[in-house]
Amino acid sequence: MIDEIRAIEAEATTRIADAATLDAVRALETELTGKKSPLNGFKKTLGGLDHEQRRAAGQALNQAREQIGAALDARAAELATAERRAQIDGERLDLTEYAPPRRRGRLHLVTQSRDRLEDVFVGMGFSVAEGPEVETDWYNFEALNIPESHPARGMWDTLYVDLGEPESTLLRTHTSPVQIRVMQDGEPPIYSIMPGRVYRRDTADASHMPVFHQIEGLVVDKGISFGDLAGTLEAFTSAYFGGAIHSRLRPSYFPFTEPSAEYDINCIFCEGTGCRTCAQTGWLELGGCGMVHPNVFAAVGYDPDEWSGFAFGFGIDRLALMRHGVDDIRELYTNDARFLEQF
Amino acid sequence: MKVLLSWLREFAPFEGDPVALGEEMSDLGMAVESIDRIGEGLGGIVVAEVLDLRPHPDADKIQLVDVDAGDGEALQICCGAFNMAVGDHVPLATLGVTMPGGMKIERRKLRGQWSNGMLCSTRELGLGDDHDGIMVLPPSAAPGTEIAVALGIEPDVLYDLEINPNRPDAMSVAGVARDLAARMRVPFTQLAPVVVEHGQMPPGVSVEIVDADLCGRFLVRVLADIVVGESPAWIANRLTHLGMRPINSVVDASNFVMLELGQPSHTYDLNKVTGSSLRVRWARAGETIRTLDEVERTLTEGDGVIADRDDHAIGIAGVMGGASTEISSTTSAVLLEMAWWDPMSIARSSARLGLRSEASMRFERGADPEIAELAALRFAELLAPSGATLATGVVDQRGDLPDRAPVPVRMERVNGLLGTELGGDAIIQLLTPIGFGVAPVGTSAPGVLDVTIPTFRYDTTTETDVIEEIARHHGYSRIPRSVPAAVRTGGLTDRQAERRAVRQAMVGLGLDEAMPLPFVSAADVEATGLPAEFVTVTNPLDAGESVLRTSLRTGLLKAVAYNASHRHPGIRLFEIGKVFGRPPAGQQLPDEREHLGVALAGDDAIGAVEVWHVLADAVAIADTRLEQVPVAGLHPTRSAEIVAHDTDGRDLVIGAVGEIDPTVLDRFAITERVAWLELDLDAVSGLAHGRAAYRTISRHPSSDFDLAFEVPESTSAASIERSIIDAAGELLADVRLFDVYRGPGLPPGTRSLAYRLRLQARDRTLTDADAAEVRSRVVAAVSDAHAAVLRG
Repeated sequence: MIDEIRAIEAEATTRIADAATLDAVRALETELTGKKSPLNGFKKTLGGLDHEQRRAAGQALNQAREQIGAALDARAAELATAERRAQIDGERLDLTEYAPPRRRGRLHLVTQSRDRLEDVFVGMGFSVAEGPEVETDWYNFEALNIPESHPARGMWDTLYVDLGEPESTLLRTHTSPVQIRVMQDGEPPIYSIMPGRVYRRDTADASHMPVFHQIEGLVVDKGISFGDLAGTLEAFTSAYFGGAIHSRLRPSYFPFTEPSAEYDINCIFCEGTGCRTCAQTGWLELGGCGMVHPNVFAAVGYDPDEWSGFAFGFGIDRLALMRHGVDDIRELYTNDARFLEQF
Repeated sequence: MKVLLSWLREFAPFEGDPVALGEEMSDLGMAVESIDRIGEGLGGIVVAEVLDLRPHPDADKIQLVDVDAGDGEALQICCGAFNMAVGDHVPLATLGVTMPGGMKIERRKLRGQWSNGMLCSTRELGLGDDHDGIMVLPPSAAPGTEIAVALGIEPDVLYDLEINPNRPDAMSVAGVARDLAARMRVPFTQLAPVVVEHGQMPPGVSVEIVDADLCGRFLVRVLADIVVGESPAWIANRLTHLGMRPINSVVDASNFVMLELGQPSHTYDLNKVTGSSLRVRWARAGETIRTLDEVERTLTEGDGVIADRDDHAIGIAGVMGGASTEISSTTSAVLLEMAWWDPMSIARSSARLGLRSEASMRFERGADPEIAELAALRFAELLAPSGATLATGVVDQRGDLPDRAPVPVRMERVNGLLGTELGGDAIIQLLTPIGFGVAPVGTSAPGVLDVTIPTFRYDTTTETDVIEEIARHHGYSRIPRSVPAAVRTGGLTDRQAERRAVRQAMVGLGLDEAMPLPFVSAADVEATGLPAEFVTVTNPLDAGESVLRTSLRTGLLKAVAYNASHRHPGIRLFEIGKVFGRPPAGQQLPDEREHLGVALAGDDAIGAVEVWHVLADAVAIADTRLEQVPVAGLHPTRSAEIVAHDTDGRDLVIGAVGEIDPTVLDRFAITERVAWLELDLDAVSGLAHGRAAYRTISRHPSSDFDLAFEVPESTSAASIERSIIDAAGELLADVRLFDVYRGPGLPPGTRSLAYRLRLQARDRTLTDADAAEVRSRVVAAVSDAHAAVLRG
């Protein structure tokens, strides 16, 4: 009997090795190890053997079953691997064979810059305020310590609209009227920035547009000093432009601030060593700033002995142009796809 | 304001690197815009006399010039200029010289003719801007003399300074020197002209200030023995460098004093002033005067005039003199006016007359009313070498001058506003060198300094003005930097966050953000098919920019047309920007609203509807519907209003969606379809926004079935869907239009709309009976409400 078992085992091993498909292996599994298999038949006859023989035959039978089982598993695994390989080989895709149906759109360069500026200031604890683009003379000039026929009105070429008395309603020439509205609508402490669109009666050229964008900041609180202004702008400068870029303030004049200053930063291209962009000075003029003028506080009914504050402002368009090396501001407003899709 | 270093040094001993001095001026608020080193590198450039001029045989644009460079020999030069004549003295750059611009002069042939040097223009010598021809020198310069010697030029540094409106003092060389001397801690010395007076002022010279609010001071002196001629070279050079053209000795002296001391003056030919007496008053409306530029000008009551004895205007106060009393070559006696005019009056008058001059600019900012005597003496001193004599006697009248009472300055305020810890003595040391008088500490109220403002600082009237001066001279960079200590949180408002979400949704849909200008023309509005009701710009630079847009449509259509004409059809654009409607009654400002505009070139209305649905999802507004109606300017059968509900549940139109009307497209020369969406973002932000409240997910299986209806084209899919939702009841989890079919097998004028319904209960597994019941309810409701037939 043991010899027979060995013979079955040997034959089975050969047949398993010859099986060509997973299905053939499964069929062999049933035939060789199932209820109707010869080995199973032997199992039923074991009962009729004496103890010694039964032990020897039983061992041979178990060994044969294990051997056959292992051979089946091994062959099945081998075939599965081969089949997967064939499947994978057949499924080759050229991943560079890609025709984009449509690309993601682009935010306008001014929007990108504005969002970044807002994010930096929000991180510094500022909220974002907005206001109308068509304003009254009072908000745009009077309340900002620029009374009628003040020579400083010549600093802005103003576009007027046909509402109210002649020259009483205008397209705001700066975002400063929003400062007045923020102070009127709320009360200190105020930590706000005012980004937005402004208008000037200017002919478009490489560095001027009748429409452009500014961002201003206003802080009003107890004990705010010029040192706070300088420190806040320095913190903003390194947060926005990177740690290698620093700021400086130079005396200047604006009707709505006193003391007033020009806000310069290290040239972002040469980092202060001097290059063509900064005319070898190592500095770029960014904007203006200063301590809120007492007359501005008076216009909104704040007591300048109780509150003090600072304001600053600069152009968004110019920052965007500088950052990307665009040398003509008109490109921002031509809406040419070849420009828009670059950023 | 331009200043020469040599001139500054006449007031204070400035030493050291000129660039470093420039940085100090910038740090004082007198920003250096440029630094020019002049008169350097003029060695080897000599005076030459033109001996002969003849054409170049082989070139039209060059002539041959023989010059005598001092040795009596004729030296041939090729020259591209033709402005000189035989006998003229001109500058010659001799062989081996390197020009200020860097060019090296060598003997060379031009079209076959030798050139032994170069004749120079003023610009080539760095002495001016003139490059129209060769500089012609005064005949007194002997050939062979070094040009620097002949012209009395010494190497110098020219600074171009940007002076702010609050610095009237810095509109003069002396004022810049005073400020810089204080910073450099060197003594400043004001001029002390030495003039020998001779003779008496003629009797009858008088001044009457009729209107004291116009004129604060009017000082008159008389100079006799005037010979009007050319100014000495040193005066002419300085004027030229500072940007003024030398005219004649009298005018030049007047301009020189203005640049040096900041006091403009006016000179009258004494013999032409009727009665030698002057009256200073406001002009009468309609009064006329012929000014120095030979223009007849009509005045208003806002202009000031100087009138003669007969009350005829002979000058416009502070703006321009009259032609009738102008200095001429025959003038022998000069009536010299040194006046102080009300700054606001001069500002208005010069602006109205369009006559802005170096003088009016200084009067506008506020000149120094107390420098008149000194300025008059300096004028006389400058003309003395020509023989002019200053008559003894002064006529000096005063009108209204600014109040110069001391300003109390609280030290606590100084340090609080600046963030400094300056003591009283430190503040005094900063203010005194720039002319501010400060009573010693302890002589005023405790903690207060009484500060007297110098007369040359018209701008300075308040405590804050003084604090600014303290800050300026202390140095902005020396103020310690700090940040406000308050704890605070920043952030975007919901509205601002929503705007960003809208932008991100648009970008995700492949749209580029455009930024057209908000200006259009009335014709644009009409072409776009919009009502002719808008806000107009009253002083536009361009008629095409005379109207504020009422819709974003015009700008985006122009952008579509622009791109199509640049071989870029099919562009997909969006914009977020303000539109402006006429103000509602009782309001001055326009009805200003923020809109979103979407233009999809080459796409049809359904493309815009898709954008709308993504958008509504992105900003979480629900409960809106499309009402298919004609919208002005949109395709009449492919447009719909977007209708939401306001907080009271009433219908609210928040935008429109569809396609641009083909007629409008024609007007913009657009040949592709343009899908359009415009949404009022201000209205959107006022709507109820869905807040994501969690609903438990049912553990019971759902059950789907499909229904297809034949529906007439006139019945909207939205209305079918509404009927399905209403009829299906609470078991309906989802309904979706999944197929639209038009074609064979359907009656004409109808299409098949196929919906998939998903039913699900929260508390049980649905039975077949449940589904059958919902199905029959829905079929009945749809067929009852519409001319719709269930398809087998």
